[in-house]
Amino acid sequence: MSQTIATPPTVRLDSDVLGKPISRTDGPAKVSGAAKYAAEFGVTGPLWYGYIVSSPIAKGKITKIHADEVLAIPGVQHIFSHENVPSLAWFDRNYKDDVAPGGSPFRPLHEPEILFSLQPVALVVADTFELARYAASVLRIEYDVEKHNTDLEASIGEAYDAPRGKTGFMPPPKPKGDMDKAYQEAPHKIAGEYIHRAQHQNPMEMFATTVDWLGDGKKMKIYDKTQGAPNVQQYLMKIFSLSTDEARVISKFTGGGFGSGLRPQYQVFLAVMAALELKHSIRVVMTRTQMFSFGHRPHTLQKLRLATDDLGQIQALEHKALHETSQFENYTETIVNWAGVLYPSPNTNFDYQLAKLDVYSPLDMRAPGAATGSFALESAIDEMAYAANVDPLDFRLRNYSYEDPIENKPFTSKRLDDCLHEGAARFGWDQRNPEPRSMRDGNQLVGWGVAAGCWDASMQKAAAKAVLSADGHLTVSSATNDQGAGTYVIMTQMAAQTLGLPMKQVTFNLGDTNMPAAPVQGGSWTANSVGAAVKDACQGIGKKLLKLAQKMDNSPLAGVDFEDAQFVDGYIRANEDITRSVAIADILAASGEEKIEADGKAGPNPINMLKYSMHSHNAVFVEVKVDEDLGTIHVTRVVNAVAAGRIMNPKTARSQVLGGTVWGLSMALMEETYLNNELGRFMNHNYAEYHIPVNADIHKIDVIFVEEQDDIASPIGVKGVGEIGMLGVAAAIANAVYHATGKRVRELPLTSDKLL
Amino acid sequence: MSQTFIQEPLDKAAPHVVPAQAVTLNVNGEDHTIQIAPWTSLLDALREYLNLTGTKKGCDHGQCGACTVLVDGKRINSCLALATVYQGKKIQTIEGLGAEDNLSPLQQAFVDHDAFQCGYCTPGQICSAQGLINEGRCKTEDEVREHMSGNLCRCGAYTNILSAVMEVLHDGNVVVDNGVLITIPVAPTKASSAE
Repeated sequence: MSQTIATPPTVRLDSDVLGKPISRTDGPAKVSGAAKYAAEFGVTGPLWYGYIVSSPIAKGKITKIHADEVLAIPGVQHIFSHENVPSLAWFDRNYKDDVAPGGSPFRPLHEPEILFSLQPVALVVADTFELARYAASVLRIEYDVEKHNTDLEASIGEAYDAPRGKTGFMPPPKPKGDMDKAYQEAPHKIAGEYIHRAQHQNPMEMFATTVDWLGDGKKMKIYDKTQGAPNVQQYLMKIFSLSTDEARVISKFTGGGFGSGLRPQYQVFLAVMAALELKHSIRVVMTRTQMFSFGHRPHTLQKLRLATDDLGQIQALEHKALHETSQFENYTETIVNWAGVLYPSPNTNFDYQLAKLDVYSPLDMRAPGAATGSFALESAIDEMAYAANVDPLDFRLRNYSYEDPIENKPFTSKRLDDCLHEGAARFGWDQRNPEPRSMRDGNQLVGWGVAAGCWDASMQKAAAKAVLSADGHLTVSSATNDQGAGTYVIMTQMAAQTLGLPMKQVTFNLGDTNMPAAPVQGGSWTANSVGAAVKDACQGIGKKLLKLAQKMDNSPLAGVDFEDAQFVDGYIRANEDITRSVAIADILAASGEEKIEADGKAGPNPINMLKYSMHSHNAVFVEVKVDEDLGTIHVTRVVNAVAAGRIMNPKTARSQVLGGTVWGLSMALMEETYLNNELGRFMNHNYAEYHIPVNADIHKIDVIFVEEQDDIASPIGVKGVGEIGMLGVAAAIANAVYHATGKRVRELPLTSDKLL
Repeated sequence: MSQTFIQEPLDKAAPHVVPAQAVTLNVNGEDHTIQIAPWTSLLDALREYLNLTGTKKGCDHGQCGACTVLVDGKRINSCLALATVYQGKKIQTIEGLGAEDNLSPLQQAFVDHDAFQCGYCTPGQICSAQGLINEGRCKTEDEVREHMSGNLCRCGAYTNILSAVMEVLHDGNVVVDNGVLITIPVAPTKASSAE
């Protein structure tokens, strides 16, 4: 069979930008201090400041608030508490946001009851920040204290199967075969218990809201720190009975989120309530301590059992997890399912439970569930490989899932094998002596470890609007977010590429609820979902331009279908004969139109979701050096090989994976929020005592993007890179520490005391 | 058994407020006089009274470095500084180093090396790096890593921050590629050849 295929154009100039390492378009604003974050916007009239007072107890009831003595201070405007909170929406559903777990969302200042330590109990409003802070510090509050329980390990007996309720929650897979029998009969087996305590997202920017009271009915401009302005807007509209016009939420720059900004936080509730009650502009900023009061990666206990046959083939696989939730919501994440996706086994068992404690609900934190599960799973795989006397890299290839073993569906694409091969080659894995404690550098024990990772490649509904003005400038907008992921630049690239315009002729705007709706930025789905919507909007413009071109006298494009046209360097050309072309500028001039507009949308393909399993993958290789006497651990080298479909911008995508690697290192060696069960309180609630890496902790990190084509997981071939870079890192470090020292540590963070 | 807890200040003196005072600060070469309470931090004076919001508040406790500014060329945490103490000093903020359309070499290097993600720690990182360059004692990668370690970056952009600082520290003659320092042979500058 022969077919004539038009030769695609090989020469592309300014407009060939997708997949190129282009610097962030928002970069100059960020490095010059011009980028405005939530607490930095000016308002039309005078601005008042709100300072939040937090509960010092974990459970009980407020019996008295001595507000009068503080209200007597000149310049103090108001004190909000449960005693004077206005009557608001009653039903739980009004307080539910897009990311809310099942249960009853926390309602700030609604009741005197204290449900968790650092619960907001009052908002002091004053003329200046200094005065509000001072007034809050002298506000006396009396409590009746009740006995709290924040001890997860003491609550295992009351644990229950994690219920449905949170969007996207996947219950643990059903068991297969006979796990216990297979485990008992297998020649090689391991079992282990893994633990890490709470961790907090701790983005650099503290949660903040500036409400600009516009003095026109209830109209407000609400500048909020969030990962999704539309989610915040819906939440506020439902609680305060506001229209979209009244509650316009704006979030142009977000100083990091890592999941903490997925849900509207209580400062936005307090700021909007105060603005509506006082009819005045107000700014409310949390303190760093208060950043430890509204969600965290939960304290998680995991158990794994693995067994293989003589050939090192997995015969039995069991993964169980248990973590806390609050008294009022059932927070869930996907922890144990990944084991079933990555490794086929004829006999499996999975279990996932929650226990209620007197703490705030946990909250998605970068690679939620997967980072937790991956640490335990990939540590156990390493241990199993040693027990079966197989190289840990070979073991992963020998137990490779070529289709999703849980759902019995093919993967849309899975280049994990290439990640393992290319990563190993770059790292020099073949030089590894598998014997623990066999490699040295002076008094440093050297260890090399490997681990694999897996994350969902998913899409959400998203919309965008494109406007091409008469001067040829294209402006595209979507109410999405850029918490540092690079959304501004990759969407500009997508728009420029689709219409064949140079980058400087394209502007992408985001973070305003007046723009077409987009999902919260999370789950690694922004590039895929918003990218496809932007492309759709720009193609809408392209179709209109082509029609206008065909109306021109003697149009060279007469009779050319949109599918047979290309948009390159400011021209529309016929694919089959690129000399048949018209300049977009000429089309605009001839049309006499002031502007051309088009809406675009994108969403998941339900048929493909039924037929296929969609994932991104990575393989991480790590070198650690452990001081033999002191047990101090340095991660001296990391290779992180990622297969995540099309990479829209290797520069910003590499940064995402670098950041993910640092996060994995941080989880492995440093992060832990210490909960004192006597006080029911997180004790190290500041940046000095909650440890994260500094520059001196980070050494050579190599990022590889493995070539991967996938037109099914995404109409634009993109799987997203926000989470995948973090996966595998913590386990690879723990495995490298085992290789260096011969000691298997199953508790994070892996601090030197655990090696001594 | 019921137990009570009273949340109250350690100092039980009656609430009182000290009146605001006039304070003159020289920021980025210009004098500004503002009326502030004596306990106003330099950080809050810049952000809330002078609308210089490029300087960031990340912790307000001197733990993260996001508020780093230059005072007489030296880097300090402006959250731990009382504004009134800095009268008569030359204060330089990120806005004074270069504007969006006229970036300083360090700011440009941060863009070129993608040395930030969310951008919130970035002004502090750049002011700190400028302070480091002014100090003149760091030459090697390890020294720069150590002396840039007072500035936290939660996005984990450290690899690229190092590359950006090394490039400017060595006048653009080196780049750090995946942790390897590559020296570029010095070419004659445009200034010397053209003018």
